[in-house]
Formats: sequence, C-alpha cells, structure tokens
Amino acid sequence: MKKKKLFKRKLANHIFRIFSLLAVLLASAAMLVIVSHVIRAGCKALSPGFFLNPSKPYGVPDSGIANALLGSMMITLGAALLATPPAICAGIYLAEFRDHPKVTAVLRFSANVMMGMPSVLVGLFVYILMVVPAGHFSGLAASVALAIIMFPVVMRTTEDMLGMVPYALREASLAIGMTRTRTTLKIICRSARKGLITGILLALARVSGETAPLLFTALFADSWPGDYLSGPTPNMPVLITEYSTNSPFAAMHQAGWGAALVITVLVLALNIGTRILFREKRHAP
Amino acid sequence: MPLKLEARNLNFFYGSQQVLFDNCLPVEEKKITAVIGPSGCGKSTFLRVCNRIFELYRDQRAEGELLLDGVNVLSSEIDVLELRRNIGMIFQKPTPFPMSVFDNVAYPLKLHFKLSRSETHNRVEQALRGASLWEEVKDKLKASGLALSGGQQQRLCIARAIAAEPEVLLMDEPTSALDPLATGKIEELMVELKKRFTIMVVTHNMQQAARISDATAFFYKGIIIEYGATTRIFTNPVNRKTEEYITGRFG
Amino acid sequence: MKKSAIDHSFKWFCFFCAGLIGLLMLGFFIQLLLNSRQVWEVFGWRFLISREWNPVAEKFGALPSIAGTLSSTAIALSIAVPLALAAAIFLVNAAPLIREVLGHAIDLLAAIPSVIYGMWGLFVLVPLMQDKIQPFLADTLKIQRVPFIGKFLAEDYYNGFGILTGGLILAIMILPYICAILRDVLQMTPPMLREAAYGVGCTRLEAGKDIVIPYGIRGILGGVFIGLGRALGETMAVLFVIGNMMEMPQNAFSGSTTIAATIANSFPEADGLQRSALFALGLILLVMSLLIQILAQWYLRSATANRGE
Repeated sequence: MKKKKLFKRKLANHIFRIFSLLAVLLASAAMLVIVSHVIRAGCKALSPGFFLNPSKPYGVPDSGIANALLGSMMITLGAALLATPPAICAGIYLAEFRDHPKVTAVLRFSANVMMGMPSVLVGLFVYILMVVPAGHFSGLAASVALAIIMFPVVMRTTEDMLGMVPYALREASLAIGMTRTRTTLKIICRSARKGLITGILLALARVSGETAPLLFTALFADSWPGDYLSGPTPNMPVLITEYSTNSPFAAMHQAGWGAALVITVLVLALNIGTRILFREKRHAP
Repeated sequence: MPLKLEARNLNFFYGSQQVLFDNCLPVEEKKITAVIGPSGCGKSTFLRVCNRIFELYRDQRAEGELLLDGVNVLSSEIDVLELRRNIGMIFQKPTPFPMSVFDNVAYPLKLHFKLSRSETHNRVEQALRGASLWEEVKDKLKASGLALSGGQQQRLCIARAIAAEPEVLLMDEPTSALDPLATGKIEELMVELKKRFTIMVVTHNMQQAARISDATAFFYKGIIIEYGATTRIFTNPVNRKTEEYITGRFG
Repeated sequence: MKKSAIDHSFKWFCFFCAGLIGLLMLGFFIQLLLNSRQVWEVFGWRFLISREWNPVAEKFGALPSIAGTLSSTAIALSIAVPLALAAAIFLVNAAPLIREVLGHAIDLLAAIPSVIYGMWGLFVLVPLMQDKIQPFLADTLKIQRVPFIGKFLAEDYYNGFGILTGGLILAIMILPYICAILRDVLQMTPPMLREAAYGVGCTRLEAGKDIVIPYGIRGILGGVFIGLGRALGETMAVLFVIGNMMEMPQNAFSGSTTIAATIANSFPEADGLQRSALFALGLILLVMSLLIQILAQWYLRSATANRGE
C-alpha cells in the first residue's frame, strides 16, 4: 500500500500545537493587558480624598467616589440579603427532595436557562415592577434587580455543593431521629458551608459589576446614599458609565478609571480569594 | 521460531514508584503469548510499553529495551506513529470511534495510507472478514459503531486494529467485559488470527490462557516469575508462586 | 405527627422558593408583552423588518438593532470559538501546573465586570482600531477590494467604532465561558478512547479532530451556545464601542447598535410609543435568549447523559 507522507501529518500537528499554545497565550495576555491598563490608568486618580469625598459635578473640587462606593455596598448587600435565603432553600429543594424527579429536572433546567438571561431585561422588569409604581428610582429596586440575577446562580451552586455531601451523613442523622428539616439545615448545610459561601461570594462578585440593571433602577446621584429606599442611589458602575461616556473632560475620565480600578480590584480579589481559600471543583459561571 | 518481540531488562516507573523490575521476555512470532498474574502485578503495564502508549502520561517512563525484530522500539529514533501502525491494541472495553462501522475500520487506512476508494472498500471488507464480523455488518456499514452489540464492537475494534496490516496485536483483557458467547467467538478468532499476527494477550482468566495460548508468562509484583510453553506452565510449573497462582491459592 | 408537619412545611417552602424561577420567567414575558402592546398594535409584525427609527415621526423598526446584534455576535463567535477550542485542547493536555495557572488566568477574564470591558474598549481598543488596525485592513491590505465579500468586510471610511470592534470585545468576553465548558467536556473523554485513538497512530491533532471532538460534539455545541447567549445579552461593553447608530450595518466597519444597547441607550429619554418600542425590542431579545439558552442546556445535558453508556 502506498504510504502517506509522515512529514505532512507531523507538520500539520506541529502547526496545530503552536496555534493552540498561541491561543492560550493570547487569552491570558488579554487578561493581563486589560488589568494592567486599568491599574495604570486608575492609579493616577487614587488619593485619600478620592475615597472619602462624594462625587461632585465637573469643576467642583474635592470630588471622589465615596458615595458611589457606599451606595454600591448597600445595593449589593441588599441584593445578597434578598436573594440568599430563598436561593438556598430553592437549592435545598433541588438537592434534597427527590420525590418528583421530573419537576426537579424542569426547575433545574429553568434555573440554568435563567442564568443566561440578559441583565438589561432584568432591569426593565424591575423598572416596571417597582420604579413605575413608586414613581422614583431607588437603591432598593437595584437590590431587587441584582437579587433576581443572583438567585438562579446561588440556587444551582447550592444544589451542586449539597450534592457533594455524602449520602451517609443524611442517613446517619435521620437514623437518630432528627427531622428532615433539621438534618438539612443543621447537618448538611453546615457540612457544605464552605461551598455554599463560595457560591454566594462568586454570585456577589458577578453582580457587583453589573451596570445595565442599575441604569433602570438606581440611576445615580451626586449625594450620599441616604435615599436608598426612596431615591436614586449613587453606585460605582453607573458612575463609571457617566464619567466615561457622558463627559468629554479628561479629569472625569481619570476619575472613571480610578473607580474602574477599585471595582476591578475588589471583584478580582473576591474571585482569586475564593479560588485560593476554597479549592473545590470549579463550576463555569 | 524467530523472536518477534523481546523485552530486555525492562523497568517501568509511575513517577518515582517502580512497577516493573528487570523484565526479560521473549515473544515468538505468530504465536499467542498469554500474560497472567494477580491484579496490580504489572501485566497491563507491560503490554502498554510495547506500543509506547504510556507516553501519553507525563509521569510514566520506561527504561531498558523492547526489541521488535531486533530493533529497540523504546529508542527516540523510532517513529511512534509508524510503530503504532505496526502494533495494534485492543482494550478491556470495546472502544469504537464515534463514526460509522465502515469509517472505524477505514480510519487507520486513512491515517497511514493513500488509497483509492475501491482499495479502501476492499481492505475494510478484508479486515472485517478477518475479524469474523463481515457477515453481521455488511448491510449496516453506515450505522454508527456504537450501535453494535458489545461482542460485535470488540470485533470491530479488532478489525480496526488489523486493517493497517500490523505485525503484532496487543490485547488487554479483551473479553473481560463480554458475555460467555461473545467471549467464545473472540477466542476462536484469536486462534485464527495467530496465523497472521503475533499476539500478546493479558488475561486474568487462567482457563482462557490455558485454552488458547502457546506460551504463558506469569507476572507477580512487577517481576516475571516464570515463562514457558503453556502446557508446561499449567501442568508442571517450576516456581512455587506460579503453582500457587495457578491452583487458585491467591489472586 | 408534629415532626412530619415541620418537614412537610419546610419541603413546601423550599419548593415554593424553587418555583420562583418559573414565576420570574413568566413575569418577564408577561410584563414585556403588556408594555410593548402599543407598538405591536401600531406596526404589527412589520416592526421586525422595518429599518426606520424616528422618534419625532414616531416610526420605529427593530431591524437595525437585530442586524447589529446578529452581526456583532457572529463576529464574536467566529473569533472566540476556534480560539477557545484550541486553548481548551492545549490546557487539557498540558502539565498540571501550566494547566492551573493559565486556566485560572483565562477564567479571570470572565470575572472582569463588563463596564470595565466597555471602558477599555472605548479608551484603548477604539483608538487602536482607528490608528492601527483599520488602516492596516483598509489602506494596506485593501480587503474591501476583495471580490464578492470585500464590501462586507471593510470600507474606506472608519473611525474605530463599529461592529468589528464590538465583535472583538464580545469575543474576549465570551472566550473564557466557552473555554471553561469545553475544558470540562474534553476532560470527560474516556481515557480508554483516547488511548485507542493514539493506539492506531494518531497525532494529537488527528486524535482531537477525528475522535475527541466528535465524541464531545454535543457538549461543545452547548458551550458555543452558552457563549452565544452571553454575547446576545451583553449590554455595556458593546454600548461603548459599537457607535450607537440606528442603521443597518453595511460592513464590519459600520457603526451600528444592538438590541441591548438600544434599550439601555434610549430608555431614559423615551416615552410613549418609543418606550413601547423599546419594550418590544426587549421581548425580541427575551425570545432569542430563551431559545439559545434552551438549546445550550439541551446539548449540555445530552453530553453528560451520553457518558452513562
């Protein structure tokens, strides 16, 4: 039989291996390029005043991001408080109660589908649900929007983490007479708490960068976030958007980069931190 | 009879742990050599040195010589792709590729040779006949390889292994996942195939070794305890460990 | 009796929480449908194919937004999928240390907030496109002169913004998602099958393209659809760089808009019929995303089910 040229096959293989190496390097380089640019551009804006002063219109001295930072923290905390209890219980239902497998499958499927929903639609939804009836923007509405985004994520990570707890643990505690409820909450959740916390933190990291929902709910204000419940609430992502796109002034752009740096550092720290602390199986977000 | 394969002072390591110790084994041409021993004794590992498939894993390495027709296949000058064309391997579980029956068998031909369509068809048919599978699949050549029964899938893998006309066949417990009927068919096939190929088969089934092999090697904890003609090994083992294993005292 | 009552209520409470997912889904649909009713009544299905967007004359059409979304997403996928696949194959075969470090580096791309991508796109990529890349493509290589397809690739005028820039940013953003899923899928290849592939004498490329990829094709498709879904829904990053022009894209350099960007951009000042049009756009986006997500999940699930044989 006529033999194929080995040389051609090996050449194609070598080219492919180089290409795949380049692909990896390109992707990692992209990360480094972007992060390093954020650091370089944002550094110049950082100063104690930057962190302590609230934002002010262009031209007014002593402007900072303190109010936006505070507002973002309040909004995110609110979202976590709103989303976590029901999401964990929903995850518990998926993981622990197996008597209607078809229903569970549908719910799990729906949660996965919800995770891919565009955040701008969530913003529209909460706008109609809360902003219009109330007649004003609010930080609370923003928290609700972010909570809706967090909900399916925490639900699924909870299910996955609880699923990793060995079945024997459940049997053992039921065998000594504990109720299902107590078993789940006190024993199983406690055993999986590392994973559950990781899931919540990662969901938080993900929503803290979301901008589109905030445009429809909290908008922005150059004041301290006292109006969390009743008025527009300053926050980081919208501040960045405003300073970058709605302002022609270099000083504002610089402040925007500073704010971008702060968010990026926080989010990356959260991500890297959870990865290091909890070396559990990674799940694609 | 000339030696097709010969292992000389073969040592094998998983990382820093040594699992094969100074193995020396002659494998005669066009005979079936069985490799037996208790689980974990290194028999599969030994097999996997022969076609250098262990090189897929970073921390596995072999030292020593494995001669194929007098040439050491472990040397870096040997082309691994050609080696693997020349030495076919069949695994414990059938491993059909995700393609049609025809494409499965044609694949090694496509890889290594430039053949016309009709040539390929002929070779595929030959290989399937050689694996006693042609009659059963000739009308469903386009069906997926995965649609066949377990025994058929394993014979498909055999057809695939012999399509590129190798000289040696390595079989790692080829019937362990099959029912007795399918096992019998494969054993019959192996006796047929040894007319054309040198076969080395790892098996934990001693009756199988006794039934079909010409020579047997007994492995224990990475060492070849005893080697010889099958009839002698099973009726008159020299080493006490061999006798204990054969009479079922352990393993 | 009391114990089982607690368990019973707890179970139903948890079930209710899980059911919120369905309620939310339904809520999205109903709300978008209701608020876009006006536009459907005025324009009917022609809204989907109309190119006009004139708030003053109160004429609206979804086509430019849809076209912008589809074209930027197509560009993003054609860049991201081959790279993600190649990267995934590399990582799966690499030494454990390299796999961890580079794998984490790529995963962190997914962690960067989209508004940061938007800023980087606006202040770094757009100037880069305008000063270096687009001149190279249009003036040096003159790809717009290529017969048949050239006029879709580029044109003489460029300003750094456009669907190519948008597609590039999207590609960087969706690559880590696709890569992560592909890595998981590739690692599910049974070791024996891999050995069988190399055992017949494949090179790594041949084993990958002829055996490993076909084996995992369902999971791979699932990953691609996940990336597609992510690209569809991305708002801010695209908003910053696509040019915000309510026009049909003529070629890769054209400024355009996407559905999400249109909604985010126009909403604050919109009211009446325009607002209804934006909700209609939202409904279109919801339907598109839902279909893609369902397809993605269906493929991913059948990939893991396949393993059970």
